Amino acid sequence: MSTLIKHETLGEMLNSSSKGFEKARAEGKEAFENQGFPTNKSEEYKFTAISKKLEQSIQNYALAESFEVTAEDVKSNLFEGYTGDVLVFTNGHFQPNLSSAIAGIEVSLLSEKSDTPVGSIAKPAKDPFCALNQAAFTDGIFISVPKKAVVEKPILLLNFNKAINGQVIQPRVWIEAGDFAEVTFINHTVNLSDVTYFSNKVTEIKGGVNSQIRFYKLQNEGKNVIEVSNTETDIHKDGRFSSVTISLSGEMVRNNLSINILGSNSEGNMYGLYLLNGKSHVDNHTNVDHTVPHAESNELYKGILADHSRGVFNGKIFVRQDAQKTNAFQQNNNILLSEDAVVNTKPQLEIWADDVKCSHGCTTGQLDEEALFYLQARGIAKDQAKGLLLYAFAGEVLEHIRDESFRKYCTDLVQDRLGSKF
Amino acid sequence: MLSIKNLHASIEGTPILRGINLEVKAGEVHAIMGPNGSGKSTLASVLAGREEYEVTEGEVIFKGIDLLELSPEVRAREGVFLAFQYPVEIPGVSSTNFLRTAVNQVREYRGLEPLDAVKFLTLMKEKMKLVEIDQKLLSRSLNEGFSGGEKKRNEIFQMAMLDPTLSILDETDSGLDIDALRIVSNGVNQLKSDKNATIVVTHYQRLLDYIVPDFVHVLYNGRIVKSGTKELAMELEEKGYDWIKEEVDSKATV
Ligand SMILES: Nc1ncnc2c1ncn2[C@@H]1O[C@H](COP(=O)(O)OP(=O)(O)OP(=O)(O)O)[C@@H](O)[C@H]1O
Ligand SMILES: [Mg+2]
Repeated sequence: MSTLIKHETLGEMLNSSSKGFEKARAEGKEAFENQGFPTNKSEEYKFTAISKKLEQSIQNYALAESFEVTAEDVKSNLFEGYTGDVLVFTNGHFQPNLSSAIAGIEVSLLSEKSDTPVGSIAKPAKDPFCALNQAAFTDGIFISVPKKAVVEKPILLLNFNKAINGQVIQPRVWIEAGDFAEVTFINHTVNLSDVTYFSNKVTEIKGGVNSQIRFYKLQNEGKNVIEVSNTETDIHKDGRFSSVTISLSGEMVRNNLSINILGSNSEGNMYGLYLLNGKSHVDNHTNVDHTVPHAESNELYKGILADHSRGVFNGKIFVRQDAQKTNAFQQNNNILLSEDAVVNTKPQLEIWADDVKCSHGCTTGQLDEEALFYLQARGIAKDQAKGLLLYAFAGEVLEHIRDESFRKYCTDLVQDRLGSKF
Repeated sequence: MLSIKNLHASIEGTPILRGINLEVKAGEVHAIMGPNGSGKSTLASVLAGREEYEVTEGEVIFKGIDLLELSPEVRAREGVFLAFQYPVEIPGVSSTNFLRTAVNQVREYRGLEPLDAVKFLTLMKEKMKLVEIDQKLLSRSLNEGFSGGEKKRNEIFQMAMLDPTLSILDETDSGLDIDALRIVSNGVNQLKSDKNATIVVTHYQRLLDYIVPDFVHVLYNGRIVKSGTKELAMELEEKGYDWIKEEVDSKATV
């Protein structure tokens, strides 16, 4: 067990929570105490020394309080042309008065839905940070999309963070989509401070039969943020879950994204782009668990790394013995723009069924010199030619974002970065 | 227009070009032939500015400028065009966007107004006819999944769009069937004028029936070992390269 767990204020935080869910919190606390912060021997956190980072940066395990933002703040942070609904959070606390009332969809504080089985999808025993969140989460949000509801426009989870140096933000999100429901979520966080804080978020998503859920996330909170994000989804028969995770900054970011395929003829898709510079460190750990036959998963993560940045990709595909006729595809491609940038990539396939189609591949290389020369030989300036090629590389992930205004927003950020920085 | 003097170039320390001399004047067509590995593509790449090749000796003057000092993009803007022997497939870069970026950067350098979307499209349509290239191809990613012939046509189409003064066609005829060869040659001939010049690198005399050269040069072992007129190409077609190799090698031992 790590010494960190004896950290006085951490103990205080673990004991101070008071917003219901006593049983779940007790389970979370126990699971956390059993696991402790990952040590450098932890296989799961081998390349991401997050405990050390926390030890250096988080002096005070106090949960950041909610603070005031105005309707104007909300408006000015929407993507151009965005027409969907918005749910607003400050330091992880839901702000109903600034949020849309979304017709036909139930949205409440998690504390008002005390029978929500938190921890039943993202199980605390699997990850210490998931456990830590469950032990002491800030009040969270509960979103339920009823059966057959087709929500045409996306729902934006707009988070404003303004922590004091060394504080912790621990939001928790529960989403359920009924049978045949269709819904898109966009996660976007606006960081209003430039201090170091620790965001430890857990999102649990339950997809009903034949439901279609899209889950987009943009991480661009700046170079001081330490973030762990656990997102786990159960999908059932004929259901589909597609996620796109775009990571553009962060001192140290760890995303655990898991899909449990629990019903046949369902599909889980995971797309990711990490575009890093400076000393940013982004670690994507994904996990698809095929438990039933005739389901499919697709995964494409791409990275462009400059300066001293570091990327980690670990893609676990688990095909259980019963999961015959599974199709599982995984691909991770990286371009290193500097000699000091590093990527650690590892596919991890465990296949117990015999009649499956699984493929995986990973590449790490430099920009294609021949392609670069070809473009230059047509009169295109070298920097611009590089930008074109890198953008083409990144575009393969961006094109999976269906909402036009959000895609445009991400595309502009990526193009800006590729044009200016690289 | 182009004056190459005693050009030596090597790659990773291996000398490939060992003293090339070549004078090309406006309005001329020069054919460069030679056995595999003799250095034809290397010469073309060095002229276009590929950085992998190190020029160790000699000079290249193009329109009075020291070409070797310029970056590949500036050479292109000055009017050097290389039709690649193996055009590169670039997934995710749309042919049209690419070409518009290229055309406008070249125009800007030449002091011309950038083309707006409409004018660009008009120009594109006009030049597409020249090489009978299908619009559908241009809505795809650059060269991605193009057949060999389509790639070669696309090279000539780009050449037409960029309006170069010196075009270097590196085996643009290889792999083309006779119809495609006619179309491509026809495109090249229409773009020919007394203000520009063309260097065609080829293995086959066949192309020279369509693009008629003023001079034919034989490149062997990194040097131009023989120059002549189009009759030389006929002779090479008939007799192969052995007699030239022998001639060169025997001279070397004397
Ligand atoms: N990257 C490289 N490293 C080492 N040698 C190279 C490299 N590229 C080319 N060469 C060598 O340089 C020589 C000339 O090659 P080049 O491609 O210029 O020949 P070519 O005359 O165009 O031949 P072909 O008729 O086959 O197109 C060859 O011997 C080739 O193997
Ligand atoms: Mg060649």
